[in-house]
Amino acid sequence: MKYVSEYRDKESALAYTELIRELVTREWSIMEVCGGQTHSIVKYGIDQLLPDSVTLIHGPGCPVCVTPIELIDQAAEIAGLANVIFCSFGDMLRVPGSRSDLLGVKASGGDIRMVYSPIDAIRIAAANPDKEIVFFAVGFETTAPVTAAAVLQAEHLGLDNFSMLVSHVLVPPAIEAVLSGENCAIQGFLAAGHVCTVMGYTEYEPIAEKYGVPIVVTGFEPLDILEGIHMCLTQLEEGRTNVENQYLRAVSRDGNRAAVEIMRSVFEITDRKWRGIGRIPSSGFMLRERFTRFDAGRKFDVGSIEVDEPAICISGEVLRGNKKPPECAAFGNDCTPEHPLGAPMVSSEGACAAYYRFRLARGK
Amino acid sequence: MNNSRITEMICPIPLSDYPEITMAHGGGGRLMNDLIGRVILKAFSNPILDSRHDGAVITAGEGRLAFATDSHVITPLFFPGGDIGALSVYGTVNDLAMCGADARWLSAGFIIEEGFSMETLWRIVVSMAEASRKTGVLIVTGDTKVVDRGKGDGIYINTAGIGIIPEGIDVSPSRICEGDVVVLSGDIGRHGIAIMAVREGIKLEGAIRSDLAPLDSMARDLIREGLDIHCMRDLTRGGLASGLNEIASMTDCSIRIEENSIPVHDEVLGACEILGFDPLYVANEGRFVVILPRENGDKAVEILRRHENGHQAEIIGSVEKSSYADLLMISSIGSERIVDMMSGEQLPRIC
Repeated sequence: MKYVSEYRDKESALAYTELIRELVTREWSIMEVCGGQTHSIVKYGIDQLLPDSVTLIHGPGCPVCVTPIELIDQAAEIAGLANVIFCSFGDMLRVPGSRSDLLGVKASGGDIRMVYSPIDAIRIAAANPDKEIVFFAVGFETTAPVTAAAVLQAEHLGLDNFSMLVSHVLVPPAIEAVLSGENCAIQGFLAAGHVCTVMGYTEYEPIAEKYGVPIVVTGFEPLDILEGIHMCLTQLEEGRTNVENQYLRAVSRDGNRAAVEIMRSVFEITDRKWRGIGRIPSSGFMLRERFTRFDAGRKFDVGSIEVDEPAICISGEVLRGNKKPPECAAFGNDCTPEHPLGAPMVSSEGACAAYYRFRLARGK
Repeated sequence: MNNSRITEMICPIPLSDYPEITMAHGGGGRLMNDLIGRVILKAFSNPILDSRHDGAVITAGEGRLAFATDSHVITPLFFPGGDIGALSVYGTVNDLAMCGADARWLSAGFIIEEGFSMETLWRIVVSMAEASRKTGVLIVTGDTKVVDRGKGDGIYINTAGIGIIPEGIDVSPSRICEGDVVVLSGDIGRHGIAIMAVREGIKLEGAIRSDLAPLDSMARDLIREGLDIHCMRDLTRGGLASGLNEIASMTDCSIRIEENSIPVHDEVLGACEILGFDPLYVANEGRFVVILPRENGDKAVEILRRHENGHQAEIIGSVEKSSYADLLMISSIGSERIVDMMSGEQLPRIC
């Protein structure tokens, strides 16, 4: 398939691996921020192709994984209400809350619809004026512009029966949270290509400078990732700490200005709690004052649910890159994709699920 | 008959795990396998059922029969490349064909929702008649029930079928052994993507049609040409990955496949890329795998390629000594990974 198979070519992958081997003179640790990249790395065995001296650390960039447990509980509570049609992206449906996941609520009679875009939820709202339609707005800067467009659309159509539970989070504050953590061993970053498609990469420049780390905006195909790693290692070996762009076919320095504009018009920046990590200042979006009538949290008064995460789950350590999934005592026995304790085991982009699916030996 | 033993049995899936059936229990992945293994097989266990073939192989007098059943609950009822009528006939015929049997007789059970269009019912029944004519089966018994409006999704169809297994034919997962090769009859993922595209209103550049097709003539030709077929399996829910995992789990061997040798149509691949699906797990309704000794592999490919629905047949892997997982794959860039059974259903990814 054009524009895909070229980036999964075996010969080119081996050639890049060779270049990396020739380049590296010492040990380096690089974090790929995005869960989509983690998925590719584990699925294609990219880490197995690298020399032992290069360690890839998996970052917190899976929006499904970092959505706090109380928000899942709020979603489940709203979704279980009689007059509500609850709309969500597919992979949020299986994320465990403290009592149930959304699929469980659906099995108990909740009207839960899987949608591909928040605009689908708008359509459902327009077609069901006697129902309350709630959209679970999850994702990084990648999905936030479409959510924002949905809010403007709802306003334009005068839809009083549409609201959203907003859980949008932002990448740069998460990178800073990782870098300012104790004993941070990460020396370079692969930034998430599609987040930068929207945002550009100017906001990463002060981070690279402040913390003295190279950041390479990287795509998601195996060759993208290998090239991103090569670019990052080249900077490390040469002692440079710049922001560079591997994902030239999608990302420009300034990003998609129209998308950023629409997003900023609807959302303002707020502190957010990240599942497994905790509160990160200025790390998420909330609806601006003008749009609070679309805030499902206010509309349904479920704001006060507070819950603890399972004690055995080390997803926070995994999401900060301090531990790899197999280092968790629960990994593969108490915690599996069928019975996830923590969110990284749920989403196909979660590091634990990726290791479980592609790596965990299950012999006879 | 002594029923006390059954009534005393405790439901083996703890209530705390899943107090209710979820959609994932029907998704063709590990949860469904668990449900079948821990509830259904536990309650009904007997040697014929426990062999977990596509159909039951029964000895009756001198001969052997294959017996299979399949229920069809599909939305939409008419989709690019087929409809629930043809699907309900081919589904059972294909299960029988995978046992090496000539499908002969089918039953048809209809559960119809009050208010269902008579004209639509007629179109479905005509399609069933056409499908049974094509495959040479007779629909010889049936049942019709009507349920209240809102208690069914238009129409559900169950078919059960009986086929005759020719003398000397023994097709069963238990015969798989090290050194066998895995032949795939064609490109994968069309049915799942075709249904998904219609159901979810996803507009693809070219319309993907379901691969829905009878497999009986291909299976029959393989047998007629005297190939020593160890196992055949049609790939339905859960796709190629789940089918091969199920087969491998019933043997003492592992199966290793090559990603680059598995045909996937560009449109299917494109849709999978957009949705975050892996074509290995997407449903098929007209594809099957044949596992047979290496020396028969090329011949099997040649025979399958004579058929319209088999022209993309390929050897995609081999059966090896038991390894650290049931199913392994050499990825497109040359590294090795586990191909696990799907957990529940594939859910589209956020980004």
